[in-house]
Formats: sequence, C-alpha cells, structure tokens
Amino acid sequence: MELLSLLRFGPDGWGDELAAGAWLTIRLALATLPFGIVLGFFVALAKRSERPALVVLGNTFTTVFRGLPELLTIFLVYFGGQILLQRLVGLVFDGATVEVNGFVAGMIALGLVFAAYSSEVFLGAFRGIGRGQWEAAAALGLRPIATMRLVILPQLIRLALPGLANLWLVLLKDTSLVSVIALSDLLRRTNIAVGATKEPFFFYAVACGLYLVMSIVSSFGINAVERWANRGVRGRA
Amino acid sequence: MSLIDLDLLARYGPRLLSGLWVTLQLVALSVAIGALLAFPLAFARKSPIAPIRWASFGYSYFFRGTPLLAQTFLVYYGAGQFRPELQAVGLWWLFRDAFFCCALTFTLNTAAYQAEILRGALAAVPTGQVEAGMALGLSRWRIFRHIVLPQALVVALRPFGNEIILMVKGSAVAAIVTVFDLMGATRLAYARSFDFQVYLWAAVLYLAVVETLRRVWDRLERRMTRHLRPGGA
Repeated sequence: MELLSLLRFGPDGWGDELAAGAWLTIRLALATLPFGIVLGFFVALAKRSERPALVVLGNTFTTVFRGLPELLTIFLVYFGGQILLQRLVGLVFDGATVEVNGFVAGMIALGLVFAAYSSEVFLGAFRGIGRGQWEAAAALGLRPIATMRLVILPQLIRLALPGLANLWLVLLKDTSLVSVIALSDLLRRTNIAVGATKEPFFFYAVACGLYLVMSIVSSFGINAVERWANRGVRGRA
Repeated sequence: MSLIDLDLLARYGPRLLSGLWVTLQLVALSVAIGALLAFPLAFARKSPIAPIRWASFGYSYFFRGTPLLAQTFLVYYGAGQFRPELQAVGLWWLFRDAFFCCALTFTLNTAAYQAEILRGALAAVPTGQVEAGMALGLSRWRIFRHIVLPQALVVALRPFGNEIILMVKGSAVAAIVTVFDLMGATRLAYARSFDFQVYLWAAVLYLAVVETLRRVWDRLERRMTRHLRPGGA
C-alpha cells in the first residue's frame, strides 16, 4: 500500500506529524475541561443566586456563548484579545507589540462555550438534589462552603456526569476549529500533509478516523468515571 | 472611536446581510433534506437485517463522532481528487462548488443527528399504543402514520429545534472553504478593514437568528402540546 507508507513515522512519512497534532488536540481539550467545568459551575451558581443582577449576568453569559458559532467565539477571543492586550500593554510600554498565544486563546474560547453549556447541566443537577439535603446540612450546623463541599458537590458530580460527558465529546470535536488560528492541532497538521502530498481524501479520512478513536477511548474513560461516581448508589453497579 | 462606525456599516453592512442570507439558505436546505434522510436511517436501525443495522449505526457514529470541519474538508478537498470520475458521471460542476459541498456535508451530518432524535422519539411512544392499534385491526402503516408518528414528532420537536440551532452555528465552518456565508462575509470585511467591530456585528446577527429560532420554537412547542396540558391553555 503506497498510501499507507505516507503514514510512516520519520522524515519521509506524516505519521509523526499527525500524532503530534493529535497530541495537541488532546492537550487543548484536557486544558479546556477544568476551566470550562469550574466556570460553568460558578455561572450555574450565579443563575441560582438570589441577587437579580447575578441571575441576569449568568443568563446573558449562557445566551451569548450558546448562541454564537464556536468559530466566531474563537475569532472574537483571538483577535479581540489581541487588541485588548495591545491596548493594555500600550498604556505601560509605548510601542510594544504583544501576540496572543493561540493555545491560550483557543482554550479560553472553547472554555467559555463549554461553561455556557455546562452551567445548564449543573443547573439541572442542582434540581436533582432534594431540599432535604440542604436542610439536613443546615441542621448539622455546616457552613455554606462545607455544605457545598461535603454534601452537595459529591451528589452534584454524579448527576452532572452524563451531561458533562456529552459536552466533553463535543469539545473534542470543537478543538478542530482552532486550526484556523494557526494552532498545529490534528486538523491543521492534516491540512499541511494534504498540501504536500495531494492526497486530501486519504488524509482527511485518516484524521476523521483519529477523531473517532479519541471519542471511542473517551467513552471507555467516561464509563469508568461513571462507575466511580455511582459507587455509593445501590442497585447501580 | 464610536461604538458603530457608520461609514464601515454602509460599506460592509449589506455584505454581511447577504452573507446571512447564504447562511439561512445553507441551513434550511441541509436541515430539510437531512430530515428526509433521517427517516430511512432511523428505520434502518431497527431493521431485521443485521448488515443494514450496522451500516446505519456506522453512518451515525462516523458523522456524530468526527468534527464537521473535518467532514467538510473531506468532501470539498477530497472530491477534487476524484475529478476525472466525477466528470465522467457529469457531477463535477456540483462538487467544484463550495456551497454545494457544504450543503452536502451539512445534510449528511444533520441527517445522522436527526436520525438519532427520531429513533429516540419513536422509542418513546409506549408499546401499548401500537398494541391498541393492532387490536383495532389497523394496518401497520396506519398505526405508524396515525398513532406512532404524531406522538413521536411531538417528542422530537424540542431536540429538532436544538439541532437547527446547532446547524446555524455549525454552518460557520463553510467560511473556511471559501463560502461567503455570514462568517465568510465577516472574515472578508475584517481582512479589508482591520476593524474588529465587524466581528461584533456578526455576533449580534448570529445571536438574533438563534434567539428568534428559540422563541419561535418555544411558541411552536407550546402550541403542539396544548392538548397535553390540563385546561388546554
């Protein structure tokens, strides 16, 4: 197979380039995940807040970042961040130029999108926790932070997990969009390979295959995490 | 710098609006044809013939498990490689066109998602409904057409609306393969003016489309399920 030899590792094959791209894709998704989860959690708290201003803020955040195309969010963060930083730095150092790191911009943009969706997941999970849990914690004299950490969060994670798992799979695919801001992820490396070899169909099919492998491996990981989160629930091994 | 540069708006506003029109066409076309494809795909998942089930599963798995952008590249750039073959069957003029390639990719993609929605909705109709239909001596087609389908479509309504919204957002990748949809027109305007506010205009337009869709869909759903609420309000 002449085509398969194009996937060799080393100087005359594209295997190592694609692998490096896949590695960046995985790193980007993994870096985005905690940021998106934590931000999403706080957005959910804002939406549950008793202060109207926080509720409006949380809802606006969700509406905006769920409504914008992910690609546009990436451009907004990448170019907008560039301009903003330039101005800020320009105030201090005259004539200095800054360049926004593509990885960080991608991480922030995808994290904002992830947070918008995950805040809804957390909101649903909060509704799944009975009022009795809060009351019992209050009766035990737990402070709000202790209530959240010891009583609510462990249950919340279990309830939110299926939704978060779905968002992770979406995130893995969305990382492909950072290839347009000159970040050498899997898809961009594939573009380069296509440019050099003139074998678009083969290489894009390989890239799709690699994305599939990533989501299949993720599914196994998600199953393991779900088993762990459900370990305290009877009748659900 | 004012909030809205009127000069800039006069120059690029119309382009953005015509880009928006392209986006809407792209989405409407893909979602409509995708809906038609979703039916056979959903039925295939319940076929008694195993290879048909596997093929439908594989189709869904591929299109739902890989990025839309990679799929678009596969079709648009991949087609170029089969130019002689496509010319031989007289289809090259279609595949040469970026709009067509995007419409094709988006259709195949949304068909996979819609098939899953439909499959779930059909499974949500209780078996008793079908049994009651059989007890009345209705044919299988009539049971499907008059009993199962109407109830399934009500269940499918909300996820279907979400899928349309996802398609509106996802269609922005068409800009990367040279289609001048809203995103493409915005990128061009930015490349020429270097004014960041064109991106903000595009954001407002996308949000307006998505919010309108969401509200229309809420109305629609309330109307379609009014027989399920006590008091019929």
